[in-house]
Amino acid sequence: MADPLLEVRDLRTYFHTFGGVVKAVDGVSFDVRQGEVVGLVGESGGGKSVVGFSILGLIDPPGRIEAGEILFAGENLAAKSEEEMRSVRGGEIAMVFQDPMTSLNPVYTVGHQMDEMLRLHTDLDRKARRARCVEMLEQVGISEAESRLDAYPHQFSGGMRQRVVIAIALLAGSRLIIADEPTTALDVTVQAQILKLMRRQIVERGAAMIMVTHDLAVISEMADRVVVLYCGKVVERGRTAEIINAPSHPYTRGLLDSIPRIAERRDRLDQIPGTVPDIRTLGKGCSFRDRCFRAQPVCAEKTPVLSPVRGSLDAACHFPLEETAP
Amino acid sequence: MSVLGYTIKRLLQMVLVLFAVSVIVFLMMSFTGDPVFMVIPIDSTAAEIEQARRLLGLDRSLLSQYFIFLGDMLQGDFGRSYVFRQPAMQLILERLPATIEMVLVAITLATAIAIPLGVYAGANPNRPVSRGIMAGSLLGISLPGFWVGMMLIFFFSVRYPLLPSSGRGDTVEVFGLRLSIFTADGFAHIILPALTLALATLAIMLRITRAGMMEVMRQDYMRFARAKGASRRSILFRHGLKNALIPVVTIFGLQLGDLIAFATITETIFAWPGTGKLLIDSIYRGDRPVIVVYLMLTAFIFVAINFLVDIVYTLIDPRISVK
Repeated sequence: MADPLLEVRDLRTYFHTFGGVVKAVDGVSFDVRQGEVVGLVGESGGGKSVVGFSILGLIDPPGRIEAGEILFAGENLAAKSEEEMRSVRGGEIAMVFQDPMTSLNPVYTVGHQMDEMLRLHTDLDRKARRARCVEMLEQVGISEAESRLDAYPHQFSGGMRQRVVIAIALLAGSRLIIADEPTTALDVTVQAQILKLMRRQIVERGAAMIMVTHDLAVISEMADRVVVLYCGKVVERGRTAEIINAPSHPYTRGLLDSIPRIAERRDRLDQIPGTVPDIRTLGKGCSFRDRCFRAQPVCAEKTPVLSPVRGSLDAACHFPLEETAP
Repeated sequence: MSVLGYTIKRLLQMVLVLFAVSVIVFLMMSFTGDPVFMVIPIDSTAAEIEQARRLLGLDRSLLSQYFIFLGDMLQGDFGRSYVFRQPAMQLILERLPATIEMVLVAITLATAIAIPLGVYAGANPNRPVSRGIMAGSLLGISLPGFWVGMMLIFFFSVRYPLLPSSGRGDTVEVFGLRLSIFTADGFAHIILPALTLALATLAIMLRITRAGMMEVMRQDYMRFARAKGASRRSILFRHGLKNALIPVVTIFGLQLGDLIAFATITETIFAWPGTGKLLIDSIYRGDRPVIVVYLMLTAFIFVAINFLVDIVYTLIDPRISVK
């Protein structure tokens, strides 16, 4: 198998707050191969967005990447200077943000904001850049692209703005796109369109994508492989189909059970009991143990290590679930 | 609404405001003593006083006096100064270039310093330099202009005689206006008064810019701009500043009007022969026509600046339209 495009090795991103050190990302490792979509899943506060921002070096004080390597095409991004990272951002790696209503600058035209990406990362002249912007807007499904370039963001709907944001992310031919909850802020019907669009546009180009989301339904549609994060640690990872059909970590099981299904009417949704613990006060042992239906005394003693369970699945659990588990 | 329709509407508003100001100014002036004593010789007889009063129209009712005043103004006659026996408007217009050139130097200086410092302090609120800038700006707001002016004179004219402290210096005629700034001597004369005037405006604009930038820094589009690979300078000044500029422009407009109209104290300290000095002299001498014209002109300047500021808003933020 070819070398992965991106290898994240033991990434640790901590936030030094007055209340203590928040280990938002605490030893996360995963790979992304070319042409692949990897889903980062977890509850709010699980550290999944911080992983995305760490890769681009967009962590601001009091946050800091404490340790780990982010190898992109063989180069360690974590060791690069701010100036070196500038050509990576938007060039090699682009990002799509959660809320399209706020990620475009309200005082510049859509065309201006698209053009900026090309000005920064290509040598094209003004005419060529404009042609490229028109072409890209058409590809993300915006009609009358030529005239829409001169419109301002507030003249677009939410779904259309997210199409623009995606178009900007794709403009400079990045090899990796990090999408941070790209459809959370959109209507359900628009969500499906945008997801299809992203998958087609990105995979057809042979680029790779990291999809950060809390929505396992989105992941099952989009991702080839999934990395499940809990309290800043990877608790399970593996191929999407295997994880969705038979997860081995009780947390993943809980996430899957809490998705409402229309087909089987239930009076109450299954939910994971309790809430995410305070990440500053985590001691040794498994951080999920207080909410876990399989917890044993050993779970409080020893922190489980990520290790192969079955098939493509790795899990950090002392008592991983069997395939036939209820 | 079209820009033309908008302009017409604003012009009508402007006329209304000026009308209201004329009523207020006229009423206020009629309470400030009998102007007839300003024009007659000190040893006049009662009959002579009565005659002067009739000649000046001061024997008529307040209402008919006001309509004469209004009618004359509409024909461009703003009355004559009791002291200089010259048309009041001409007196003011002669001195206006001096004030305006000093104010323009002051506000340019203030803006050129306030905006970069404000952007820096807003983008890096926790750095020691930013804290220093903010402390300095607090000082700039609190120190009274007359004291700053005197200190500047003390240090730069008396202790170290580097700059002149009084008058306009050499002037040169440009497009029919007598200006100091284009001669070396005049420029040296303008520095200290302009600095004095600039200080408070600088401090206020700096603080407004910083507050706006701190708000803008939290926005997603700033992070998105970083994710695009834009330079820090471009992120701050292109993406950030333009979004923080609306309140800055508002303050700029207000300060500009304020400086032109009320540079009085600074002009007095530096013996700068501008309109502020004329106003204060006219108040001492009870020169009613000059005061009235001055206040009318001030109202006009404020209304005009506000109109321009509203136009500038629409240029900065496309979500604001002329309505």
